[in-house]
Amino acid sequence: MSGFHIVVLVKPVPDPGCYDRVEIDPATGVLARQGMPSVLNPSDRHALEEALVLQERHGGRVTLVSMTPESSAETLREALAMGGDEAVVLSDRVFAGSDSLATSRVLAAGIAKVAPFDLVLAGNESADGGTVHVPSQVGELLGVAHLANVIRLEVDADGSVRARTRIENGYVEVEGAFPMVLGVRREINTPRYTSLMGVIASQGKPIRVLGAEDLGVDRSGVGMEGSNMRPGKLSRPSYRRKGERVKGDPEEAVLRIVGILRAEGVLG
Amino acid sequence: MTGEAKVPDRKGAIWIVAEQAGGKLAPVSLEILGQALRMAREAGGGEVAAVLVGKDAGALAGELAACGADKVFLADDRRLSPYQNDTHGAVLAKLIEREDPGVVLFGASACGEELAPTVAARLDTGLGAHCTDLDLSADGLLMMGVLGFGGRVHTEMFCPMRRPQMASVKPGMFQPAPRGERTGTVVREDVAGLLEGERIRLRAVKVVQEEPGGVPLEGAEVVVAGGFGIGGKEPWALLEDLARELSGAVGCTRPALDEGWTPGDHTMIGTSGKTVRPKVYLGFGISGSPHHMVGIKDAGVIVSVNNDPRAPVFESSDYCVVSDFRKIVPALLREIRKVKGGDVGQPSLV
Repeated sequence: MSGFHIVVLVKPVPDPGCYDRVEIDPATGVLARQGMPSVLNPSDRHALEEALVLQERHGGRVTLVSMTPESSAETLREALAMGGDEAVVLSDRVFAGSDSLATSRVLAAGIAKVAPFDLVLAGNESADGGTVHVPSQVGELLGVAHLANVIRLEVDADGSVRARTRIENGYVEVEGAFPMVLGVRREINTPRYTSLMGVIASQGKPIRVLGAEDLGVDRSGVGMEGSNMRPGKLSRPSYRRKGERVKGDPEEAVLRIVGILRAEGVLG
Repeated sequence: MTGEAKVPDRKGAIWIVAEQAGGKLAPVSLEILGQALRMAREAGGGEVAAVLVGKDAGALAGELAACGADKVFLADDRRLSPYQNDTHGAVLAKLIEREDPGVVLFGASACGEELAPTVAARLDTGLGAHCTDLDLSADGLLMMGVLGFGGRVHTEMFCPMRRPQMASVKPGMFQPAPRGERTGTVVREDVAGLLEGERIRLRAVKVVQEEPGGVPLEGAEVVVAGGFGIGGKEPWALLEDLARELSGAVGCTRPALDEGWTPGDHTMIGTSGKTVRPKVYLGFGISGSPHHMVGIKDAGVIVSVNNDPRAPVFESSDYCVVSDFRKIVPALLREIRKVKGGDVGQPSLV
């Protein structure tokens, strides 16, 4: 086989445009997100785009791997329509309630199943949980080099990698070589639109579903049981303040604001 | 938490992983040290230690001791600069294994949000991400408050069965530890020993710091923030004029950043951006998503200007001005200049 084998981790998430519909059931204290459509996690689009660009340049294969309930698997068609050769869905009741490390164990087992791989690309964070843990923890579990916050990537034909990662008010250039796991931030590229041809092609691409047994994962290390982190109480934070309407025309409003600035000691 | 067999008997020390930037301690490191000291005090005592990994960091280790750390573990070696997760992760994991603290706190900086999960995976322990509040019970169980779904849901997370309990903490959430006259002990570590047998697979070849101009958001007494309602780069300049006039800083929401109107992502306020606590926050053209509001919840006074009287931001503001920012900001600039007794020039875009 010529070219690289790139694995892209993707996650269907509740549509961020519908977050105002998230409710907490007052009786059970459990999160209710029924009726929220699933979409591809926004930063995963950037991971997939980067994989497709590398595939165009160097050849090879792109495999999508996702831990998600089978009911969300169709969201992966959207990713397959962007590009990518096949999708592998890791789905089992025992995976439910996994924290980031337990999730990473499942993903690492899924990646091992489609191995050998050269590069694993993931969105830096998911829109719903947003821990930024998965790229680093998958890298640790696979025992390969890993970076988060990647904003630029150059790969040579021999698999040597030059990556730029974001730090506070700047960046770091890092060199390494395949195999590697990289979490990419959205400024790395602009994801392509899905073409009609892509949508048609995606219908013929395989989506394989693998459960705990197929993966050979130790059940005590996944799901709620295998998670070190346990959730406690859920609540809706309130940011409510007094909400006093400032009356009058703009000139009057401006005088009022100046009054507030003076009263708080930040002006004159 | 129900029916869990806890691991309560061992309190252990509280550790903070300190970070340096440009030869100074990162503000978030002093914030987590401040919170660690408060938690130790409220839980009835216990050791607070800092760990500092880097090069030529002896003076900063002394500073951490002066700010209240009982002990500072200093791993000082040329191989530890610049930051790199292979080396820093290995050194931290080994020190934690050896010293066995009960709690380890990281700043949720770009480095921290990579390093913390790396170390947690190495130690097979739990990690709370980007925590906005922390509390330690008398028996040593750490409550880690996290926000999900763009700030709409707050969840308490616990790590009842494993030690250490680890958390990364959003910058700006806690008051920093004040510099005092205390003198903790600095313990110099044998870095060569800690790195022995480690595979170092990555090489940081260049670090570029782009110091943003103007007043930093985190320390500003006045924050002037803009959202999608600003509508473009040109009107955005008005907000920058206003911030400059007030010796304040400019902040933005995610949509304004996505549109490319702002100087960069260091100006974003919210769940995935910065947390600010100015005396006065002036918001313009901001709808008021929880994502942004969580970043300004500790502001002294919140004044919002929006031409939509139903904008949700008004509920979360102290003073609400229903008007076009294009009318308000130029008039405000004139008035402020008048108050300051300076030149009453004509601002652009009147």
